[in-house]
Amino acid sequence: MAWTGNVLRVDLTSGKIAAEPLNMEWARDYLGQRGLATKYLYEEIDPTIDALSPANKLIMTTGPLTGTMAATGGRYSVVTKSPLTGAVACSNSGGFIGAEMKMAGWDMIIFEGKSPQPVYLYVENENAELMPADDLWGTSVWETDERLHAKHQDPLIRIACVGRAAEEGCLYASVVNDLHRAAGRSGVGTVMASKNLKALVCRGTKGVGNLKDPMRFFQATEQGKKVLAENAVTGQGLPKFGTQVLMNVINEVGAMPTRNMREVQFEGAHKISAEAMHEPRSDGTPNLHTNAACFACTIACGRISTIEKGHFTIENKPKYWGASGGLEYEAAWALGSDTGVDDLETLTYVNFLCNEDGIDPISFGATVAAAMELYERGVISQAETGGIDLRFGSAEALARATELTARGEGFGKILGLGSLRLCEKYGHPELSMTVKGQEFPAYDPRGIQGMGLAYATANRGACHLRGYTVASEILGIPEKTDPLVTEGKAELVKAFQDATAAVDSSGLCVFTTFAWGMEDIAPQVDAACEGDWSAEKMLEVGERVWNLERDFNLRAGLTRADDTLPHRLLEEGANTGPAEGKVNDLQQMLPRYYEIRGWTENGELSDETRRRLRV
Amino acid sequence: MLRALKLEPEKCTGCLQCEMACSYENEGVFNPAKSRIKVFTFHQEGRFAPYTCTQCEEAWCLHSCPVEAIVINADTGAKEVLDNVCVGCKVCTIACPFGTVNYNQDSGKVMKCDLCGGDPWCAKACPTGAITYVDVDNTGLDRMRAWAQQSPARPASHVEPRPKEIATYSRAQ
Repeated sequence: MAWTGNVLRVDLTSGKIAAEPLNMEWARDYLGQRGLATKYLYEEIDPTIDALSPANKLIMTTGPLTGTMAATGGRYSVVTKSPLTGAVACSNSGGFIGAEMKMAGWDMIIFEGKSPQPVYLYVENENAELMPADDLWGTSVWETDERLHAKHQDPLIRIACVGRAAEEGCLYASVVNDLHRAAGRSGVGTVMASKNLKALVCRGTKGVGNLKDPMRFFQATEQGKKVLAENAVTGQGLPKFGTQVLMNVINEVGAMPTRNMREVQFEGAHKISAEAMHEPRSDGTPNLHTNAACFACTIACGRISTIEKGHFTIENKPKYWGASGGLEYEAAWALGSDTGVDDLETLTYVNFLCNEDGIDPISFGATVAAAMELYERGVISQAETGGIDLRFGSAEALARATELTARGEGFGKILGLGSLRLCEKYGHPELSMTVKGQEFPAYDPRGIQGMGLAYATANRGACHLRGYTVASEILGIPEKTDPLVTEGKAELVKAFQDATAAVDSSGLCVFTTFAWGMEDIAPQVDAACEGDWSAEKMLEVGERVWNLERDFNLRAGLTRADDTLPHRLLEEGANTGPAEGKVNDLQQMLPRYYEIRGWTENGELSDETRRRLRV
Repeated sequence: MLRALKLEPEKCTGCLQCEMACSYENEGVFNPAKSRIKVFTFHQEGRFAPYTCTQCEEAWCLHSCPVEAIVINADTGAKEVLDNVCVGCKVCTIACPFGTVNYNQDSGKVMKCDLCGGDPWCAKACPTGAITYVDVDNTGLDRMRAWAQQSPARPASHVEPRPKEIATYSRAQ
């Protein structure tokens, strides 16, 4: 078994910390990470509670393959009830903190209640201690990281923490680990800060072992690495270009949401693309400095960038003159195309700020885009923005808006509400490009029909990582389907959703699935973990996780009415490109989707489905 | 042929596969904290660098050991720690100029790279070729070839044999 079998439970209200055995009966049904932590959350909290009340719990969780040599085996997730959506939140991150938790001997850390004062949790193997964080409160992620390293005098500690945005109540604040990796979506950082919990500091020296069949594990993981290395996307495209490899591709197929999704192609896409990041700048260096790997990752899609010397965003700000986490596709799209800003250096600066203070660049960029549309319509005045001329395409406005939101100051407070609450506040909820209150990622569902259904039904609100049918509809993985038709998309979406839920429960990264099918993943899990983990079993686990999340949301008060898309995507045709004139035909897919999910017409789990999946 | 670990930091992505391979081979668990090879991240510079024992010919660690617990493996040239002899005095950790011998509090002994008996796991695990196990006399060969490739090419039109100066090998009297 590659689980450590240990859960650390931290009651922040009383300060009591206790170890308990992992519920192995649940582990057999939910595997780990996303699935297993959701099961804990489902069993332990009332889904109707206020997400920012002490009654909510926050679970940091690893998968059984986290901390092993399996390629990409370094993922961890933060699971809680989301303050942005009111639905279940599960945000996944790489970096090194997840593996460090495992090295220290913990599968999961469950935070309960609310600390009376700011604290952080220090974990060194079996020793765990809550320590005062008054001096860290009000500081950024980067400063917190630096101070904690200085305080503990240990260069090998790993840190996950929240920045000022979370403390100030920004509803899409992230938990940032290792300076520039983030559990980004759905406001998991906001929940963490609401508990007066600033950071997890972790140091593990016990290691991860206990493999069920070590020889078979090495064979299976070596075979998996070979497949990743030989695949064009994971072996060449992602290391060289990162996820940004998609920028020009998606723009060409007319699915690049632009200026708050008014348009579907961005004229400046080539200026903010992966190719542009490789171009030499005036000083001869390119924006992209190097690629970088998360723990155990043999793909290494991470971007490490610098901002051009003398750029207006970093004048007299030496802390941004060095290298740090660069633009990935979702950030480049949300901060760039959706706001109409085509200056690569400004976007890199804004991305740095998102890491420095822990905000989700997708939700943030999309919220700025909505605010820009309201500003251009005259609904938001320059007085309200505090003097920012919030026009589409203004790099200066974007940079200023980011600084304010990151620190929770001035108009940044309002931007921190997210697109839906901001648009409601100004009387135009129809201009919010969200599902269940969460902002869209970088694929316009008018040009990629299946993604419309994936967004509408994603359990954490609009999300590309819950059912990435782009792989099939655009990239032809595992096989090509027509992005402009709706036939067969219900089945496609369900298949992607179930498979992804299984991968997210294993400790592996979903990016492996550009090359790996379940027949590549299951043998690695099976060689490590007790029990029988065939591809079929993995998909069953994925389906069970999906239904459990759905049931959590239904109990939280969400209904079939929440499985929808904004008016703009259902009624206004795409303005250019291959999908010109098309809307998303969600209603042609949704009933069929409910049917194959084994749900009632109201989108609820049928008794038969509950019995079959033991939910 | 004696071989050596060749480290090329410019190829490293910081994934730590080498640290896991090393710790599994030596400790039976994936545990970077107990790895004999370490990858360092210089975040602000955007740089990663693997580092481990270079197996010095005149090894400071070996000479400093008061109980002769560090011996040379004749087949691999590795300086190996004999766990049944080592008393954990840590003098070698002071003697090593590079810091590549370290104490392991769990075993009470020191640990250092032993080239896995001639089949180093770190090199096998590295996905980018940043760690390779090559002819000890020619660790610079690839770098020499790369520089050589940048030297000026002979013009295509140059078909005449170049005039040669006959060197005089005999030493001037």
